[in-house]
Amino acid sequence: MGMTISQKILAAHADRDEVTAGDLIEARVDLVLGNDITAPIAIKEFTDLNIKSVFDPEKVALIPDHFTPNKDIKSAEQVKILREFSKAQGIKHFYDVGRVGVEHALLPELGLTRPGMLIIGADSHTCTYGAMGAFSTGVGSTDMAAAMAVGKTWFKVPEAMKFIYEGNLRPYVSGKDLILHTIGDIGVDGALYRSMEFTGTVISNLSIEGRMTMANMAIEAGGKNGIIEPDDITLEYIRSRSREEFTVYSSDKDAEYADVREYDVSKIEPLVAYPHLPENVRPARESGVKIDQVVIGSCTNGRIEDLRVAAEVLRGRKVHADVRLLVIPATQEIYRKAMDEGLFDVFLEAEGIVSAPTCGPCLGGHMGILAEGEKCVATTNRNFVGRMGHPKSEVYLSNPAVAAASAVMGKICHPDELK
Amino acid sequence: MKAHGKAWKFGNDINTDEIVPARYLNTSDPDELAKHCMEDADDKFMEKMAPGDIIVAGSNFGCGSSREHAPIAIKAAKVSCVIADSFARIFFRNSINIGLPIIESPEAAAEINEGDEIEIDFDSGTIENKTSGKTYQAKPFPPFMQDIIKKGGLMNKVRSELS
Repeated sequence: MGMTISQKILAAHADRDEVTAGDLIEARVDLVLGNDITAPIAIKEFTDLNIKSVFDPEKVALIPDHFTPNKDIKSAEQVKILREFSKAQGIKHFYDVGRVGVEHALLPELGLTRPGMLIIGADSHTCTYGAMGAFSTGVGSTDMAAAMAVGKTWFKVPEAMKFIYEGNLRPYVSGKDLILHTIGDIGVDGALYRSMEFTGTVISNLSIEGRMTMANMAIEAGGKNGIIEPDDITLEYIRSRSREEFTVYSSDKDAEYADVREYDVSKIEPLVAYPHLPENVRPARESGVKIDQVVIGSCTNGRIEDLRVAAEVLRGRKVHADVRLLVIPATQEIYRKAMDEGLFDVFLEAEGIVSAPTCGPCLGGHMGILAEGEKCVATTNRNFVGRMGHPKSEVYLSNPAVAAASAVMGKICHPDELK
Repeated sequence: MKAHGKAWKFGNDINTDEIVPARYLNTSDPDELAKHCMEDADDKFMEKMAPGDIIVAGSNFGCGSSREHAPIAIKAAKVSCVIADSFARIFFRNSINIGLPIIESPEAAAEINEGDEIEIDFDSGTIENKTSGKTYQAKPFPPFMQDIIKKGGLMNKVRSELS
C-alpha cells in the first residue's frame, strides 16, 4: 500500500522505509518554533532539565508576535525571557520589533520552511507551512521544550483526507473562501487527527499565499496538518527565498484516504463564518449584519496579495462612519512593499489605520479589542466566544475583499454590492 | 490513582479561548491562570467548583489554540479529571504531556448529569457514577502514553532518557 505525502515525510524523519496510519513513531524535527505566549513555558521546562544547550540553535525559532510591540509590563517580561534565552543559546532566529513579523508569515519569507521538512511549533497555526509541502503541525509548550532538548518528538501517524478542488473561481473567491467552504462542509472536528491534503486544478493555479491561507486553517477543522504537494509555483517561491536543500514528496497513487471530497468551486461564493465557530459559514452577499470594526491582517490573510485585494476594493472610497478599519501587514517586508505600492495611501485616504506587524486583535490581545455587543469582520482564522475581546462581542471571518467592502458599507456584504 | 468529585457539564466544541481567554495570556503562572479557568464558558465555574471535581464535556473538547495554559489552568484549578466524548488533538497531547488526567468516553460524557458524584480509577480506566449507579469502561491509552503519564509528564520522561 502506498503512502501519503505526510506519511512519507514522517517515515523519512523516523528513519523508516514506511509507516502506516496509527503507528506511533519518534521523528527528528527540522525546526521548532514558539512565540511570546508559548515559549516562556517551554523555556522554563527546558531550563529545568539542566542541560547546557538546545539540540541545534539553528533549528529553533523564537518569534514574539502575539502581544508585541510589548502590550504591557507582563508581556514585556515574557518577550524578555525569549530574548535572553536566545542570546544565551546562540539562537539566530529570534526577532525583535523592527524585524519581527507574524510568525507564519515571517518564517516562509526567511526561507526557513521548505518542502519535505518536519516542523513543529507551539502555535496551532503552524500547519501553515504545509502549503509548501512540509509536514508541519502545532504542539504545546512542553512538546516544544522536549524537542528543543533532544531534537525529536513522538507522533501518531495520521490517516489522511483528500480535498479536490475543480472548476473556475468566481470573482473575489480566494483561498480563504475555499477553506471556509471546506470547514463549513466537514465541521470543526471533521478532520480530527487527520492530514488534510488539498489538491485539484484550482490548487495548482493558486498562488503560494493562497495556499498558505488554506493550510493555515487546517487546524480549524481539527486537522493534524494541512498539506499541498510542491509544484513549480512552490519551487519558484522557495528558490526566491532560500539556497538550502529540500526534498519534494508526493502521495503515491495507491495511498489510502479515509475520505475524499470533491468540490466544484464554480458554486462557491465569497463566504463569511458567523460567530462562534469557523464552520458556521454563509454567503457574504446580502448578509446585512451591521458592524463596528474590520481587521485585515493575521497569519491567514495579512500578506501582500491580501492587502492589494483590500486596497482595490477601498480605492476611492471611505470607511463607513460607524466602522473602524485596521490594516495589519504581517511582516516588515510586506509593510514596506504595501507602502511602496501606494496601498497605505488608499487605506489612509479611506480613513483606516495601518499597524505595525502583530497578531494583536486576532486573539484578543491588543490593537483593536471589541467592547460588549460590538461586531468585527476579520480576515483572521477564529471566531470563538470572546476571541477579539468582550465575551459578548462577535467576530465574522472573511476574505480581504469582503472585509474591505464591509468596511465601506458598514455591514457585511459582497464586494460587488458596492456602488 | 483515583479521582472523586462532582460533575460539571459542558457542551460540544469547548475551545481554548473559553478555557483561558487571551486577556490572561500575559502570564504563565498556574495559580493565576487557575483563577480564570473556564471563564468564558461559565464565568461562575471557579466559584462553584470544589477541588477534586470533574469536568464532563461533549465532543472536540479543547479545540482551538495550542495554548498549554488551557490544561495548566484546569489542572491548577484542581479539577481532578476531564471526561469528554472526544478531545481536540493538541489539547489531548498537551494534557498527557503535563499530567492532566483525561478520559475519552462518549457514553459517560452523554449520560453523566451535572452534580452527579463520580469516582474514577485511572489504572483500570473505570468511571463510576455513584449517583446513577452506572459504571463505564474507557479504552486504555497506548502503552507509550501510559508511560508518559506514569512518569508524571513528558519532561520527566525526557529527563529519565537523558540521564
